[in-house]
Amino acid sequence: MLSGFFFMLRKGGLKPSITELLTLLEAMRKGLSGQRVDDFYYLARSCLVKDETQFDRFDRIFAAHFHGVEDAFESLISDIPDDWLRRQAELYLSAEERAEIEAMGGFQKLMEALRDRLSEQSERHEGGNKWVGTAGTSPFGAYGYNPEGVRIGQQDSRHRRATKIWDRREYRNLDDKVELGTRNIKIALRKLRKFAREGAADQLDLEDTIDKTARNAGLLDLRMVPERHNAIKVLLCLDIGGSMDDHVRVCEEMFSAARSEFKHLEYFYFHNFIYESMWKNNRRRHNERIDTTAIAHKYTSDYKLIFVGDATMSPYEIVYAGGSVEHWNEEPGAVWIKRLLNTFPKAIWLNPEPEQRWHYTPSIKLTRDLMSDRMVPLTVSGLEAGIRQLH
Amino acid sequence: MADSRFKGTSSYVATHDLMMAVNAAVTLERPILIKGEPGTGKTQLALEVARALDRPLFEWHIKSTTKAQQGLYDYDAVARLRDSQLGDDRVHDIANYIVRGRIWEAFESEVQPVLLIDEIDKADIEFPNDLLQELDRMEFFVYETKQLVKATHRPIIVITSNNEKELPDAFLRRCFFHYIRFPDKETMQKIVDVHFPGLKKNLLREALEAFYKVRDVPGLKKKPSTSELLDWIKLLLAEDIPPEALRAEDTRKAIPPLYGALLKNEQDVHLFEQLLFLDRRGRTQ
Repeated sequence: MLSGFFFMLRKGGLKPSITELLTLLEAMRKGLSGQRVDDFYYLARSCLVKDETQFDRFDRIFAAHFHGVEDAFESLISDIPDDWLRRQAELYLSAEERAEIEAMGGFQKLMEALRDRLSEQSERHEGGNKWVGTAGTSPFGAYGYNPEGVRIGQQDSRHRRATKIWDRREYRNLDDKVELGTRNIKIALRKLRKFAREGAADQLDLEDTIDKTARNAGLLDLRMVPERHNAIKVLLCLDIGGSMDDHVRVCEEMFSAARSEFKHLEYFYFHNFIYESMWKNNRRRHNERIDTTAIAHKYTSDYKLIFVGDATMSPYEIVYAGGSVEHWNEEPGAVWIKRLLNTFPKAIWLNPEPEQRWHYTPSIKLTRDLMSDRMVPLTVSGLEAGIRQLH
Repeated sequence: MADSRFKGTSSYVATHDLMMAVNAAVTLERPILIKGEPGTGKTQLALEVARALDRPLFEWHIKSTTKAQQGLYDYDAVARLRDSQLGDDRVHDIANYIVRGRIWEAFESEVQPVLLIDEIDKADIEFPNDLLQELDRMEFFVYETKQLVKATHRPIIVITSNNEKELPDAFLRRCFFHYIRFPDKETMQKIVDVHFPGLKKNLLREALEAFYKVRDVPGLKKKPSTSELLDWIKLLLAEDIPPEALRAEDTRKAIPPLYGALLKNEQDVHLFEQLLFLDRRGRTQ
C-alpha cells in the first residue's frame, strides 16, 4: 500500500529496506498510526529513518508525497497576500539562499510563479500544499532541495493550524551527506592490522594451561598471555590551514577514526609541505616545533608514514629553498620528503581533493612523483588501495 | 495489553513523537534505538518506561571492552579447573560454570521486562553485528550445555547511543529509531516543573533565559544540556540566588552565577568570557 512512498524515499536518497516497510505496515495494522497524520508521520519516521541527519530529507519527501492526504484532515488554504509571502520569505531565507534564488531568475519571478500555483489550486478547491515543489524546482532536483518552496510553507503567523511538522523541517541543519563516515574509515583502517601479543599477561592461555597441567601430573598450572593488540605503528602527518580548510571535516573524521583504531599513532601537523620542522599542537605551532630529523631518528622504520594533504600550492614551495609561504626554508621541501621516505619506506599520501582534479594542479603531480605514485584520494576505496600499498 | 501505552511519567516529560516511537517498539516487540545529545535523558527513558509500565528492568552498561558474548553468558573455565583440583562434585555438571549475562536474565524474566543496553556505541565496532540474531529471534544457543535459551517474553529493548561510532545498517534495520531533540523552551519549562515543582516563576524564567543564551553562544565545544540545566537550578536553589542576579545588566557580571554547572570545559568558559568582553566593548562605543 505504501509502495509508492517507499520508492519515492529510495529515489530521494534514503535507503529504507523492505523489512522496514513491512515493520511499518505491521505497526499500522496494529492500529499504532492512529487517526492523525502526525502520528503516522512519527511512526513512519521511526520505522524508516535510522539517522537523524536524514530526517530533513525524509520530511521533504513526506511533504511531497502526502500533499493530497492531509487535506482530508486539515483546512484548506485559499489566498495568500503577496506582501505576506514576501515578508515570510525574507524572514526565513538566509543570504546564500537568496543568492540562489537570484540565480534562478529572481525573487519577483519566483513569487509570481508561486502565486500562480496557489491560485490554480484554490480554483480546484484543494489544499495548497503543492508549494513544496513549487517554482519549477523539484525537491529532488539539481540543487538537492528547493529553499524557497519549503521555507514558505513554514507559515506560523497566519495559518498556524495548517503548519505541518514535516514542513517545519527542524532537522535541516543536520542533513549533510557525508560520503566518508567515521565508521567507513574505521572499517577501511581495520585492514591495516597486525595483531601481536604484548603488555601485561592477563588472559588465560587455555592450550598452554592444559599442556602444563598435564605435565604437572594433573595439578593445575595456570598459564597467562597478554591480550592481542593491533601492533601496527602509524605516523600521521596532516596538512593544516590554508587550502585545507575546505577539507577540515573529512580530515577530522579520518583523524578520529585513526586515533581510536591504532595504539601506536603519532601525529604531526605541517602547512602545505614538509620542511625542517613540524608541530603537534596547532595553537602553539610557532613555539613548539619538532625537528623533522628528530622525528626520523625517534621512530623506527617499521612505522607506516601517512601524509594527509591536498598538495595544492605553488610548485616553488616544493622544489626551491626559501619557497615556503610561512618562513625561510634552507632546504627545499622535496629534499625533506625524500629524507622521510628513506627512513620510512612504507608511506602513502592521502589527498582529499577529488582525483579527477589532480592533473590540473602541477604541485599535485610533483608530490605524486616524489611519493613514487603512492597518492590515493581520501575516500573509502582510496584508503583501501592505499593500505594495500602500506603492507 | 491495553494499559501498556507509555505516556511519560510524573518525573519524565515525553514528547509526542517519543511516545509514538516507544509505543511502536513496545507493541511490535522490536528494539528501540535512542540517540540524542548527551544529557537529554536517553538512559532515563528506559528507567521510566519500566516504571510506567511496571516492568522489571535489566541494565547492561557497555564499555569499550564489552563483548557481545558477555551479555549472553560466560563459561568460567578457570573455576571449573580449580574445582576439579579440589575434587568438588559440582565439577561434573558444566552448567554450574555457566554465568548468565544480562540478556539471558532478561529472557528468563516471568513478566515482560525492559532491557536497557546503554551506550552501545562505546563498544567495539563489530559489537552490534554480534547481537543481530539474539535481538531478532530473541534466542541464543549455549554451546557448552547444548541448550537453546529462548525469551519467555520478548523484552522491551531500549538501546542508547551517543553517536561516537556509526552503527551498522543491518543492526539499524531491526530497530525503531528515535532522536531526542533538544527540548524547546516550552518543553523545557515542563521538564523543570516536573523536577522542581515549587520553583518560583520568575527564577525559572530568568534561569531558562540565561540557559538558552549560553546555549546559543556559537562554537561551544559542549553545549549545556537538560541534565546540566537541572543541576544548575538545583545549585541556584541551594545557594539561594535571587532571580535578579541572573539578569545582571552590568556585563562585567554577566557570566551567570555558578556557571561551572553549565560549562564543563575551560575553553568554553574562555570563549564565553571573550564574547562577553566583545559585547561590552560594542556597547560602550
